[in-house]
Amino acid sequence: MTTSYTLQNNKITHMNDIKLMAERVNLYYGTFQALRNISLGIPERAITAVIGPSGCGKSSFLRLFNRMNELIPYARVEGRVEIGGVSIYEKSVNVVELRKRVGMVFQKPNPFPMSVFDNVAFGPRRHGVSSRSQLEDIVQRSLRQAALWDEVKDKLGQSGLALSGGQQQRLCIARVLAVEPEVILMDEPCSALDPIATLKIEELMRNLSEEYTIIIVTHNMQQAARVSDMSAFLMMDRDRAGILIEYAPTREVFSRPKDRRTEDYITGRFG
Amino acid sequence: MPRETFHKNLRELQDDVLIMGSMVEKALDRAMQALKQRDLELAKQVVTDDNNIDKKRFEIEEKAIQLMVCQAPMASDLRIIVATLSVITDLERIADHAAGNAKIAIMIGDEPPLKPLIDLPRMTEKAIDMLHRSLDAFINHDADAARKIVPEDDEIDNLYNQVFRELLVFMMEDPRTVTRATRLLWVAHNLERTGDRVTNICERVVFMVTGKMEEMGVSTY
Repeated sequence: MTTSYTLQNNKITHMNDIKLMAERVNLYYGTFQALRNISLGIPERAITAVIGPSGCGKSSFLRLFNRMNELIPYARVEGRVEIGGVSIYEKSVNVVELRKRVGMVFQKPNPFPMSVFDNVAFGPRRHGVSSRSQLEDIVQRSLRQAALWDEVKDKLGQSGLALSGGQQQRLCIARVLAVEPEVILMDEPCSALDPIATLKIEELMRNLSEEYTIIIVTHNMQQAARVSDMSAFLMMDRDRAGILIEYAPTREVFSRPKDRRTEDYITGRFG
Repeated sequence: MPRETFHKNLRELQDDVLIMGSMVEKALDRAMQALKQRDLELAKQVVTDDNNIDKKRFEIEEKAIQLMVCQAPMASDLRIIVATLSVITDLERIADHAAGNAKIAIMIGDEPPLKPLIDLPRMTEKAIDMLHRSLDAFINHDADAARKIVPEDDEIDNLYNQVFRELLVFMMEDPRTVTRATRLLWVAHNLERTGDRVTNICERVVFMVTGKMEEMGVSTY
């Protein structure tokens, strides 16, 4: 897919490089087809929102990019999925390494039952960092990037589970950032949070998008409109497989969608 | 439809624009009747009724803002509300032009007529017709109908030219007519501006339907 999008907030006014690419992707869970013939390019250092009715394959689409669908038995992917021009479904691809490059944040904050420090240091330790001072640097940098440092700097030894919901979610984002990913996948990251915590995460996403490529799945269309540069609208076809209906800069999708089905969905005429 | 209440409110909002539109059409017509028939009472009525039109405009504006705040409309729904806000501003200005003409009728009072009024009622008739159809296009979401109305503004402009030339001749031939002729010129100018406002409404209808902003029918004046 070629892109010459001028993205939102005047942040990106020239053509953005494509970071992630799906080309004619089909995803099956056993005999059930969850995604049908999806092709699109996700721009680098921008936020792409995936919207659509429940069950249309948004989360399945997201999990294409870190091969998490493989954790589901009988899942099968056809077509090509690329990161930085390289196919990620080749046998030679190290999945652990891939998931370090492509971090993920889930719907419900899921800190490990350990201290704030250890939560953030967990990834780097697994990837071989053992020096205390190096770990301290990483933890501080990641917590700062996740806009959590000021709130937890005096309680790094406390359990991550003792934090508020919004703080826990930012801790999970810090944990992702600690392994220096290139891409962050967010699956409904604010659906369990109150409005203030939600706005904090959204603000954080905007800041992070200066360095990272972010894809967010959200049911909240206002959130997609507020936070994203590009929006992809998926829905189910007759066989309940997810198909891509429209993909364009967010301001276009929410002000003058080209497809009647997008229009009907975002104006609440079906869904 | 999951947002039935919202869409019902949105239809009511558009119906309100039609109600305001018919108030404005009536004001234009009555102001011209008052001028033609030297009916000072009718002229005063038009001036008083203008307050009701202003009130109606604020009422619609308030409803539109409420819908935006509470319903977070998107895409065509948002465009309907944005177009409504713009259309009611034009309607309110047209009503001011009508009230302006009514005030001129009061000013003229029982002065002897300069000439029989022929082209000014024609301009009024044309303006009311265009306004009526532009609001039909608005309520029917018909961009093509709106586009077709715009070139008709030339007819009003041509009549304005004609009135202007005619009044100029009166003034040159007999400077004692300058005051009376100038007043009629103001009336013609108000009607010419009314035509331009209708063009604005048509532009908004096209935007509402297509999402595209188009400058249409650049006026000579």
